[in-house]
Amino acid sequence: MSEAIESDRTFADKFPEEARVVRAALLGSFLALTLGAVFGIIQTLHRTGVFRGVIASSDYYTSLTAHGVFLAISFTTFFLVGLFTWAVVRSLDRPLVDVRITWTWYGLMAAGMTMTGISILAGFTDALDMSADVLFTFYAPLQAHPLFYAGLAVFIVGSWIAGADYFRAWLAWKRENPDERIPLQTFMVLTTMAMWYIASSAVAASVLIFLLPWSLGLIEQVNPTLTRTLFWFFGHPVVYFWLMPAYLLWYTVLPKLAGGRLFSDPLARVVFVLFLLLSTPVGIHHQYLDPGIAEGFKFISMTNTFFLLLPSLLTAFTVVASVEYGARQRGGSGLLGWLTDLPWRDPAFTGMMLAGLMFAAGGFSGMVNAGMNINYMIHNTIWVPGHFHLTVGTAVALTFMAATYWLWPQITNKPIYSRAVGLVQVVVWFIGMALMSNAMHAQGILGVPRRTAEPEYSSFDYPAMFGGFEELNVQIAIGGTLLFVSTVLFIGNLVLTMGNPKVSGLAETLPPALSGPDDAPRVLDNLRLWVGIAVTLVVLAYALPLAAIINRGGLLGPGVGTYPVWLAPLLDALANAAATLLGAVGDASVSLAEVIR
Amino acid sequence: MHIHAYEKIWLAASVLLILFLLGSVTYGAVGPGVAMVSDTEQTIDPGALDETDRFSEPRVEQVGENEYEAYVVARQYGFQPTPIVVPANSTVTFYVTSADVTHGFEVAGTNLNTMVIPGEVSEITVETDGPAEYGIVCNEYCGAGHHVMQGNLEVVSQSDFDERTSGGDGA
Repeated sequence: MSEAIESDRTFADKFPEEARVVRAALLGSFLALTLGAVFGIIQTLHRTGVFRGVIASSDYYTSLTAHGVFLAISFTTFFLVGLFTWAVVRSLDRPLVDVRITWTWYGLMAAGMTMTGISILAGFTDALDMSADVLFTFYAPLQAHPLFYAGLAVFIVGSWIAGADYFRAWLAWKRENPDERIPLQTFMVLTTMAMWYIASSAVAASVLIFLLPWSLGLIEQVNPTLTRTLFWFFGHPVVYFWLMPAYLLWYTVLPKLAGGRLFSDPLARVVFVLFLLLSTPVGIHHQYLDPGIAEGFKFISMTNTFFLLLPSLLTAFTVVASVEYGARQRGGSGLLGWLTDLPWRDPAFTGMMLAGLMFAAGGFSGMVNAGMNINYMIHNTIWVPGHFHLTVGTAVALTFMAATYWLWPQITNKPIYSRAVGLVQVVVWFIGMALMSNAMHAQGILGVPRRTAEPEYSSFDYPAMFGGFEELNVQIAIGGTLLFVSTVLFIGNLVLTMGNPKVSGLAETLPPALSGPDDAPRVLDNLRLWVGIAVTLVVLAYALPLAAIINRGGLLGPGVGTYPVWLAPLLDALANAAATLLGAVGDASVSLAEVIR
Repeated sequence: MHIHAYEKIWLAASVLLILFLLGSVTYGAVGPGVAMVSDTEQTIDPGALDETDRFSEPRVEQVGENEYEAYVVARQYGFQPTPIVVPANSTVTFYVTSADVTHGFEVAGTNLNTMVIPGEVSEITVETDGPAEYGIVCNEYCGAGHHVMQGNLEVVSQSDFDERTSGGDGA
């Protein structure tokens, strides 16, 4: 028996080089999480008026930009590439083709995020003539330092190479296993990355064609509606890019933690294909209130959005069914009695279950956002951050943290320092988010705006409902503080885990699905077909709106200025320096000419 | 591909929910005639608002029996005119544009809400209720002073409105 355990090799034993990449990616992710959490607690206390001593209100937006970019882009994507590297290598049971390529994309992503991060954090000091207080959405004509856009571009290119790395590993595997179905985890990775290529092409175009040249002063102006639309072309599918790794974990790891196995492999594939098809042609639903976009285009976007509910509703069924199957395998019985037979003391299991529960709540507030008419009640109010702190802030973030308790020992051979603290951590996150998000939704209905340092106004009071503005502020502050405490517990536990000695016997296997891939129609694995349909849907949804926007305002916009004009002093300084230099060169050449003569 | 009977029921219920949501919005648009912000207005040069009839002097104007138009300019960091005064139980169409960056125009606690994008004019029509005072907030980040950008909407009785406009205070 002990020999059998000894012979079970963990991921770190079998693929030490890939395990190193996964560790590096996860550590990058957790560094971003730590930074994001620090800005999060500052903002929670500042916004609610509990404590405004850390930053000035005008610096709140620097903090908010950092919070958004570090958490929504850096934390999520670094975790994703780490998890996907693990999932591809594990499910194909072969190493990546060339790990130097792997380190190249990791290096590019890290360098890009460092560039963007520096440009944002420089906004806190006047010593550097640099800032990027443009928030996560960087709507023109507010303008950031070129380093901000350049860093984003480098980061995205890095993620593209990561995708190519996964496709290359799969193709190599396919040559060795010509007649086999794509393993489920690899299938999930490939469909997600295909979706990412389609989605990120628009933001890359926006940055490289318009925003970066504009920030360098090469073009004078941009079309705000066009760059907004290109952002949201990317901005909605990116939420599924965050969510897909969580889905991968819910489908392939959670059932095992529950003591069972996945209910249906074919339906999991159907769900990921639906996300590939429908994630992108919906972005205009973020622009329901934009002038300059016809109501008809908004309606098409809304229709696609509502159908995008389908794969999430299917997931709810499959995941719950798989967990119930696990509970019954463990001896559970009764209509709901099986719930007591689940491993609730396991932080990985409980964290993912709580994350899934909150995602259901987030789904319902998302239906309100998606409705074109009721959206007017809550557009750009704090309801919206209330919504996405349930989805990306819990369904994704809490799942990632919970999964770390299971995955980290596999990639390090070190057991988690304290699973009890882990359990407390995931529960504290759930309670904190329940308080914060609920109060944010309620304030949104009162009309309290999002993205503001001081949501109280001198000239009016908000209508009183749900206990009123002040009381809800207290709930937000308490909830946000609990979330910060939870993050500290997570990071602390992980740091102490790194100090643990390496042990053997930590290997875990993932059982195959109850209904296996052989039950899935072959056509599901035809990635070319699905990508072709996805691109067609995107063209149908976006060609006419983009043409109309360019036709209305012109490619470079109807005479819109540039704000803030931080570049002007720098250009002046450069021009002065150049003039001095040219003068010096001129003097030198004159005297040189005299000498020669 | 085998699909469990329960899953088929769940799938059918999900599709029904989606169709219900779509149907409710469609009904709102076709039945009660809820009109939304669209591309009805021409683009405008945000640097030359002073040269336009509507925005050189932001104001509320009567355009028909019980029908009014409000021309509003948003800029870093305020709204013009302020306060915006409109009569109760009337139909008011707001035309809102920006003189600089992207702003929001939201009457707090109501569904009078639109993006304000430079170069574009947002058109949104509402029916006012009885006399009341509302706050107007900019709900899109517009720069370091974003949090001080506010305005007021005063819905006043018809007699008050007539008195204030004939008083020539420009509202």
